[in-house]
Amino acid sequence: MKFSEEFEQRFAEMVTHYPTKRSALVPTLLYAQDETGFLSDEVIAELAARLDLTELEVHNVISYYSMLTTKPRGKFNVQVCTNISCLVRGGEEILHHCAKKLGVGNKETTPDGLFTLEEVECIGACSWAPAAQVNYDFHENLTAEKMDKVLDEYRRR
Amino acid sequence: MADLVSHPDEVKVVSRRFGQGATNIDRYLELDGYKAVQKSLAMESDAIINEVKNSGLRGRGGAGFSTGMKWSFVPKQSAKPKYVLCNGDESEPGTCKDRLIFEQDPHSIIEGVMIAGLAVGAQSGYIYVRGEYRYLLVIMQKAIRDAYAKGFLGKNIFGSGRDFDVYWHGGAGAYEVGEESALMESLEGKRGIPRIRPPFPAVVGLWGGPTVINNAETLASVPHIILGGAEWFAKIGTPKNGGTRLFCLSGNVAKPGVYELPMGYNLKKMIYEVGGGIPNGRKLKAIVPGGASCPCLTADEIDVNMDFDSLAKAGSMLGSGGVVVVDDAQCIVKFALRTMNFYQHESCGWCIPCREGTDWLKKTLLRVHSGGGVKKDIDNMQYLAENMLGRTFCPLGDAAAMPTIAFVKKFRKEFEDHLEGRPCPYEKAGVAEEVMA
Repeated sequence: MKFSEEFEQRFAEMVTHYPTKRSALVPTLLYAQDETGFLSDEVIAELAARLDLTELEVHNVISYYSMLTTKPRGKFNVQVCTNISCLVRGGEEILHHCAKKLGVGNKETTPDGLFTLEEVECIGACSWAPAAQVNYDFHENLTAEKMDKVLDEYRRR
Repeated sequence: MADLVSHPDEVKVVSRRFGQGATNIDRYLELDGYKAVQKSLAMESDAIINEVKNSGLRGRGGAGFSTGMKWSFVPKQSAKPKYVLCNGDESEPGTCKDRLIFEQDPHSIIEGVMIAGLAVGAQSGYIYVRGEYRYLLVIMQKAIRDAYAKGFLGKNIFGSGRDFDVYWHGGAGAYEVGEESALMESLEGKRGIPRIRPPFPAVVGLWGGPTVINNAETLASVPHIILGGAEWFAKIGTPKNGGTRLFCLSGNVAKPGVYELPMGYNLKKMIYEVGGGIPNGRKLKAIVPGGASCPCLTADEIDVNMDFDSLAKAGSMLGSGGVVVVDDAQCIVKFALRTMNFYQHESCGWCIPCREGTDWLKKTLLRVHSGGGVKKDIDNMQYLAENMLGRTFCPLGDAAAMPTIAFVKKFRKEFEDHLEGRPCPYEKAGVAEEVMA
């Protein structure tokens, strides 16, 4: 199992943060997932060994956190918020628009593997609603036209 | 970067350095940065705690507990190391204020953590940032590195002979982790299941050591209190509610944004003057005054002062400062359903009243909204929600039940209008089901 140099540096730093190794688990899983796209059995086995945990213990943690996934996703994860502040400003319409535009439903990936669509809960962009996150980037004060532009930009990357 | 707003009624304390490049440590120093921690180093720990107590600072995460009091519960002597934990797992729907502090003034949080550490005798602090806020974690990582490089953190800080370390930590998506005992579980690398209390974190917290846990806005207020004095801070607010509050105006309001207003600012004024009123010729229907978990207020109930005690008297809560404005084009049943969909999604399933309660309430709301409800559903929802109150380990069960009770009580007619096969008066039936399937 090979991670990037950056991951290794961060991991080495992180385990010095805490009195127990296990404490590094949640942020480490997310950083690993950023590199591998999803948490495969191989990644889980590697991290479990490094943190003196069983694979079952790692699975147990993964299933709790909504950002962690053991299933492959598209290159760009389009996360549209439909919680209350976004709801009253058209968040559902943005979600429907994305579904139509990408031709996929919630938690589905386009056949070219580029986009996964996901309906998410509050992402902390309430005063700039409706909002979405593509991977970690915030896109706010959205309209259908603005969302089209956002998706087109990622398609060109 | 989120857009900043401003209004003449604002009193900028926590947001004073917003928009001024304070993420740069040298700029932060020019703006009185790290002066408060140096002042604190010359103070007795009890003097720091008393200053914070007298300032009337209350927890900005939502519970509104006296910060100085919380610090005073940490035992002086402890065989195990003590810790300070900054709660930056902001996830209450309607709340986006800590995000701005992390983005605009990260060093103020570090300084707050250090002062809390000096007050309770801890030598290390952790700053937990929610997983979705990755760009803020990057900002915080740099801020911590810069503070170490200047010698403000680590061994012998400011030549005082004392040591203090601050570490960053990132989450991975979980609302419940914002509850303090679940936050500690998460930091220890586990599922964020709440712990039974007592013992309280101040006695047995992170890795068994006494731990002070404060919200990011609370900690960012502390350096200003140390520099400006308790009396100055207390006077900004109302009795027992010191200082200011970052209010996140969102929803159907003309000028949404995060505004820093004195504690006790009138809600009606906040909506119509600061927020510019309700746009598109619409009328106000309801306001959720402090994040999704707070019981809503109707348009007739908004002449209320925004402090912890006044909101409690009005039957709601000041909560996390998320003010969600709802106009008369919105369906309250749908709004209640979205609220419950969230809590059902975020319930960890540890306590049965919360796990089953949120699920049944969501199912019932879904049925009522789609026109398949019967009259008894309305009373059942209220009965069910009332029976969740106070019966769970953590406040998530209450957070789900309280808004539901208020929606049903205050907008009963609107629920009745959805019954017996009638379509939602506000939209095409079936939309919610399709989205949430």
